[in-house]
Amino acid sequence: MDLDYTPEEKKFQLEVRAFLQESYPKQLQEKVAKGIALKKEDYVVWQKILNEKGWVAPSWPVEYGGTGWSPVQKYIFEDECGAANCLRLASFGLVMIAPVLIKFGNEEQKQKYLPDVLNSDVWWAQGYSEPNAGSDLASLQTKAENKGDHYIVNGSKTWTTHGHYADMMFALVRTSKEDKKQKGISFLLIDMNAPGVTVEPIITVDGLHVVNQVFLEDVKVPVENLVGVEGDGWTIAKYLLQHERTNIAQVPRSKKQIERLKELASNEMHHGKPLLEDVFFSAKIAEIEIELLALEMTSLRALSKLSAGEPPGSTSSLLKIKGTEVQQKITALLMESVGYFSFPYYKDVLMNGWEAEEPVGDEQATFFASHYFDWRKTSIYGGSNEIQKNIIAKAVLGL
Amino acid sequence: MNLELTEEQLMLQDSLGKFLQNEYSFEQRQRLSREGIGYSEKNWQQFAEMGLLGIAFEEEYGGFNFGMTGLSIVMEAIGRGLIVEPYLATVVLAGQLIQLAGNEEQKQALLPPLIEGEMKLAFAYAERQGRYDVFDVSLKAESSAKGYVLNGSKSVVFNAETADKIIVSARTSGEQRDKGGISLFIVNKDAVGLTARHYQTVDGLRASELNFDEVEIADDCLLGSLNEANPVIEQVIELAATAICAEGVGVISELREKTVEYLKTRKQFSQTLGHFQVLQHRAVDMFMTEEQIRSLSYLAAIKLDGEDKKEQLKALSAAKVYLGDARTLVGEQAAQLHGGIGVTDELDVAHYYKRLAMLNTLFGDRDFHLQRFSQLL
Repeated sequence: MDLDYTPEEKKFQLEVRAFLQESYPKQLQEKVAKGIALKKEDYVVWQKILNEKGWVAPSWPVEYGGTGWSPVQKYIFEDECGAANCLRLASFGLVMIAPVLIKFGNEEQKQKYLPDVLNSDVWWAQGYSEPNAGSDLASLQTKAENKGDHYIVNGSKTWTTHGHYADMMFALVRTSKEDKKQKGISFLLIDMNAPGVTVEPIITVDGLHVVNQVFLEDVKVPVENLVGVEGDGWTIAKYLLQHERTNIAQVPRSKKQIERLKELASNEMHHGKPLLEDVFFSAKIAEIEIELLALEMTSLRALSKLSAGEPPGSTSSLLKIKGTEVQQKITALLMESVGYFSFPYYKDVLMNGWEAEEPVGDEQATFFASHYFDWRKTSIYGGSNEIQKNIIAKAVLGL
Repeated sequence: MNLELTEEQLMLQDSLGKFLQNEYSFEQRQRLSREGIGYSEKNWQQFAEMGLLGIAFEEEYGGFNFGMTGLSIVMEAIGRGLIVEPYLATVVLAGQLIQLAGNEEQKQALLPPLIEGEMKLAFAYAERQGRYDVFDVSLKAESSAKGYVLNGSKSVVFNAETADKIIVSARTSGEQRDKGGISLFIVNKDAVGLTARHYQTVDGLRASELNFDEVEIADDCLLGSLNEANPVIEQVIELAATAICAEGVGVISELREKTVEYLKTRKQFSQTLGHFQVLQHRAVDMFMTEEQIRSLSYLAAIKLDGEDKKEQLKALSAAKVYLGDARTLVGEQAAQLHGGIGVTDELDVAHYYKRLAMLNTLFGDRDFHLQRFSQLL
């Protein structure tokens, strides 16, 4: 067993580091470091730079624009991006719809959609959850009636992240009423500008607008927008869940956040001494850092298996649970670290940073409570952590 | 980067697995643990034949130099089998002290017989007042005409009863809690003035309280440098702590597997327990703890074979903290999910649980290591 990179891997690491240093915009770096809300153009700017370099889609096959990197190289890239405060590219196009089209789409669909995903010219949203279908996703009710050359879609999708930016939405819809509810589901690509599509904002606990509810009323969708065949939807959705997600645990980001926490805690005073020297607070940081060390090593073990040709299997469920727990605990400690200065709420500062006015307390303090509340979403979305436990119980433990 | 085992390591793991399966049943273990010397001399000789006693020693003394990652494979099997033979005391603690502190003559005299199974050793380091601080030493060694005279006591010395020689940490200068002024001595088990009270431990092993009353030893019994033994003692305790994390991985894996198996067979309310989601999620918590502690145990072993001292300590303390968590998340849950049978003497689960609880205490408990990790932030 050996944790060291090979000379080639070290060289690659330096290459990535140099590229990020030179090409990653300073203004984005600052936004991510401070936790200022990101706008569509932020994502687009960085994605276009990466696409020009040919590094935008490490997980795609080379023939569609992937990098051909080994699992270790992908890990190095993610680790360096985390250390450099890179923004995480929107995943709906790059790591969700694209792998589905590559696996299940026809040639025409691949040609039509994949290049625009790479270059961030077409924005995608995910149409899975419904008001009455959350964790029990297969009970979804949005109906698509086959009318020969098109479907008529009626229903509603919710928690649609970036729905207000999106040009297209991939959606799970019901095309028939079978005995087994999973069977009648199909995978449809819906134009967000089509008549009958309306997007209503949902304001989350931090007061910001990121997610939406999408209403579909007699929306006409051409039959060529069906992926696979009718009834394939559930299989495709499951494939998406199991699709390689090496970065699901978000270890590089959490490492950076712990650094930030330590830095803050050495500046904030407690009983007349730096907070970091407090036995209780430093023990809380230590507990999180220990969990993160374990998590990083568990990710590397999965990576090592992947390099040896073994599928990661249900490890991604474990990584999701532990990864989100660590992230959430860090947001809680960041909030605690600034004491009273977690109180002030400035919505425009969350969106744009401190511009006109003097910060209240530490410049970062205003963000922490909002981030803490917002970050509760991570153990809820992507299959709640309880659903992930159900998956492990069934798939790994055979219960 | 590669976290897979090498061909050699896989072979070692395989032969250990076969030994546990064919020659080390739980019933045999219980009998051994409760009778006579507390383990089987025949098994010890077999360990020697299998090469297990030489895993962590240099080749020139008859060892195989497999490093900490190799030793971890043996320790994991020791955990899986709840092995009672004095491997930790002889090979890991005393053996490593000799390898790291001994002069050429001492190594030549002691290591080959140890590796061949002909000599057993123990390490007496703990004292009544010292808790987990190995530098807190009050047992005194004063120089005399012939060499040294030892006076004082040592506590909970594992496998001292069957050890041919005992390595003792003693104060040769300074105050009780000074890190300087500590020396190591090799004392024969039949030295005049050495008395012992032997007992069973709660997890089925053996330990002793030792008393040294005017014990005279020769000059050449000094192991390592006079007054400067603390660094090597700490190094060996850290190595042994890393080793028992691997043992813990074995114990935890058994507990998790046995519990999941039980959930699949035991029926209540006309269905197997595994149907109840509340129990499924507990089993998943056990599984996740198992995976995370395995990761930290590997990390600690890899770092121990490396150079960076701070990273070594952080990885070890991280693993030890997690081992403490596992007492609760795996040990206590295993007993709970088995119901009444889980707290009977008859079932192996209770004995794995007991070992897991004691592993938390051994070489510094969760609080001790969490505090150390906090200081290294």
